[in-house]
Amino acid sequence: MAEVTTYNEEVLIEEHGYDDHFHDHHHGDKYQSNFITHYIFSMDHKVIAKQFLITGIFWGIIGAAMSIVFRLQLGFPEENMAWIKPILGKWIVVNQDGIGTLAPDFYYALVTMHGTILVFFVLTAGLSGTFSNLLIPLQIGARDMASPLLNMMSYWFFFLSGSLMFASLFLSTGPFSGGWTAYPPLSVLPAASSGSGAGMTLWATSLIFFVVSVLLGGINYITTVLNLRTKGMTMWRLPLTIWAFFITAIIGLLSFPVLISALLLTVFDRELGTSFFLSDIYIGGEALDRVGGSPILFQHLFWFLGHPEVYIIILPAMGLVSEVLSVHARKPIFGYKAMVYSILAIAFLSFIVWAHHMFMSGVNPFIANFFVIFTLIIAVPSAVKVFNWIATLYGGNIRFNSASLYSIGFVSMFISGGLTGIFLGNSAIDIQMHDTYFVVAHFHIVMGIAAFFGMFAGIYHWFPKMFGRFMNETLGRLHFWGTIISAYMIFWPMHYMGMAGVPRRYYSFEAFDAFSHFDEMNKFITVFAIISFAFQILFVINFFYSIWKGKVVTTKNPWGANTLEWTTPINAGHGNWPGRIPSVNRWAYDYGKDGVEFTPQIVPLKEGEVDGH
Amino acid sequence: MREERLEKVITPDFGRNKIPAKKFALYVSFASVVMLFSGLTSAFIVRQAAGNWLEFPLPSLFYTSTIIIVASSITLQASFYSFKKGMKIPYQALLVITLFLGLTFTVMQYQAWLEMTAMGVHLTGNPSGSFVYVISGIHAAHVLGGIGAILVAIGHAFILPFFRNPKRKLRFEMTLIYWHFVGFLWIYLLVFFILQQS
Repeated sequence: MAEVTTYNEEVLIEEHGYDDHFHDHHHGDKYQSNFITHYIFSMDHKVIAKQFLITGIFWGIIGAAMSIVFRLQLGFPEENMAWIKPILGKWIVVNQDGIGTLAPDFYYALVTMHGTILVFFVLTAGLSGTFSNLLIPLQIGARDMASPLLNMMSYWFFFLSGSLMFASLFLSTGPFSGGWTAYPPLSVLPAASSGSGAGMTLWATSLIFFVVSVLLGGINYITTVLNLRTKGMTMWRLPLTIWAFFITAIIGLLSFPVLISALLLTVFDRELGTSFFLSDIYIGGEALDRVGGSPILFQHLFWFLGHPEVYIIILPAMGLVSEVLSVHARKPIFGYKAMVYSILAIAFLSFIVWAHHMFMSGVNPFIANFFVIFTLIIAVPSAVKVFNWIATLYGGNIRFNSASLYSIGFVSMFISGGLTGIFLGNSAIDIQMHDTYFVVAHFHIVMGIAAFFGMFAGIYHWFPKMFGRFMNETLGRLHFWGTIISAYMIFWPMHYMGMAGVPRRYYSFEAFDAFSHFDEMNKFITVFAIISFAFQILFVINFFYSIWKGKVVTTKNPWGANTLEWTTPINAGHGNWPGRIPSVNRWAYDYGKDGVEFTPQIVPLKEGEVDGH
Repeated sequence: MREERLEKVITPDFGRNKIPAKKFALYVSFASVVMLFSGLTSAFIVRQAAGNWLEFPLPSLFYTSTIIIVASSITLQASFYSFKKGMKIPYQALLVITLFLGLTFTVMQYQAWLEMTAMGVHLTGNPSGSFVYVISGIHAAHVLGGIGAILVAIGHAFILPFFRNPKRKLRFEMTLIYWHFVGFLWIYLLVFFILQQS
């Protein structure tokens, strides 16, 4: 680096900022000194973000541990599992010889809970909840969300939802076990399986509260982005993170209520004896008198949320990656407007592709054609984004640290997983691939691992903003390499299993000679799942150790980034900026402009200088 | 309280925010309610297209209740007008009338359900009947939310000293907007039910 660029943010904000008559009262303030209002029922978006993140980590550990248990069953079905009995209790059945096996019912419960927890609690609440809360007010130059109260309630509804789901794990009949998609009749008839009773009641209640949380959060994010941007912050000057969170919130606002319709009808079917989703059902050899319903109807309603949901998960990760890549490549993001339009296109298309989850559920093949075409069109904006990320890296002065490595890893994962999406989006190929490990591999890579990589990139990058300390860089890189290698080792082989027709969600393949040659591959996958889990423990240790013992941040803007969150004090109080709020004079990506390493958004345009892109 | 001070400065005024953040948030939340009912009414259409569908006339009370909810929107609007003009008595009286009309609407919806039951269309029978019960029921739940908001507005009208400031006006206006919204929603649902009868 030839010369170090520095700016005095305080002076810039004082000279050009906007005075909104905010007075910061640190001393003797009741609010600041009260532990409960500061750390528990806090209305400060930064604290709420940390609450979402730490709750998300808690659920991440539980969800991952569950996957280890069912991977042990798949990889080592003959092994004695009696050693987990102290934790899983009666779900490990021990025979006279002292050999413990996993109860098949609980295997399904584990698969169901793993999906529910990861999709909703970790990758929706933990990802979007954390970073939307942290970054929206900070990056648009607002004191807080439009309604701090609703924001606080959003977290506590999430907490309530999580508590109910957690309680369901301890039911004597076990948690819900009919798959995270909760298809009827398993979700409707309490007699259908052991988890369909109280487990499903808690599952449905928990998800209703979860949707309330998402909606309260989303209404706030949308309103805040549209109403509370600081002076000069036009929509075309927003960092891509904010664009991503904003569009994510809109998708959530429009799709989650439809899940509520589906769940309400399910609850009516369960509790009041209606037959929206039931017809011609035999249970225990007896015909039920519940006729006239359609289980496919539930699938339509569910996937009308379910498909946008995957974009609710991936768009925030994309936004975080765009920002982190640009900062650490020291280059403007390539094709800023194309990035925004791609987000918009993905958001729009996400609403008209839901039936590609139902090609084999009896959807009319002519209607399926419509969904095939729109599904394949999603590849276009996705490819635009991938191209732009790579073009951003090209020729960059890249700083390889944990955050940027995870961003690059995200791009790798998104390409690998996106390509298999083109296979599955074709209804003809889906005849062979549906409900196999090919699907498992596809969605884990493209929205599981990729979203996690975006989240990790965000955590490593914004940790200094959240806690005033850095995470340990060596452990971070170790975490990255361990995770990306084991992730590919887990999911790459699954593609081949899927192409051979190995079905997902099966408890055991003992009875299927055709799949017996995959036994060793299943062992291999399980071993890497365990290795991957160990690396995540490393991350958790690094995370909590660094909160208290990490290297202290000494400058406001440690990464040399342009966005507004790096102009606040290192440990900003509620209200974010002590005096005036900064005003914005340029877009967020002036890296290397006119030979200057970076030019923050608060720096006024020079005479004759043209803004940005 | 620090929180309250922050609340005041959270909405900066650059002259371009023509609509207050809270009111805007209310409009945004309508989008999700609209989607909830779109989901339910689409399910109705999809299920109807599949056949085995019981046809029955809508309970006549649905038409009467529609008149009541339209009337309640008018009285609430009039109450808001009186509030703005500083006329205390009509403001209070019209609010109470609105509450009364709102409760009447809810009771009438229930009576309409009884009418359906008397017709032999039960909640648990053919889904065509179940849909009408469930959709009107979920709508009634939204009306009850509105009645809650009107109760709060009545509390303000009778307990707080009468004065007009932007905060109270906004509060009242939001109640009004929500009440109109649930009214429109009911009209949409009624028209939907009528159109779906062949």
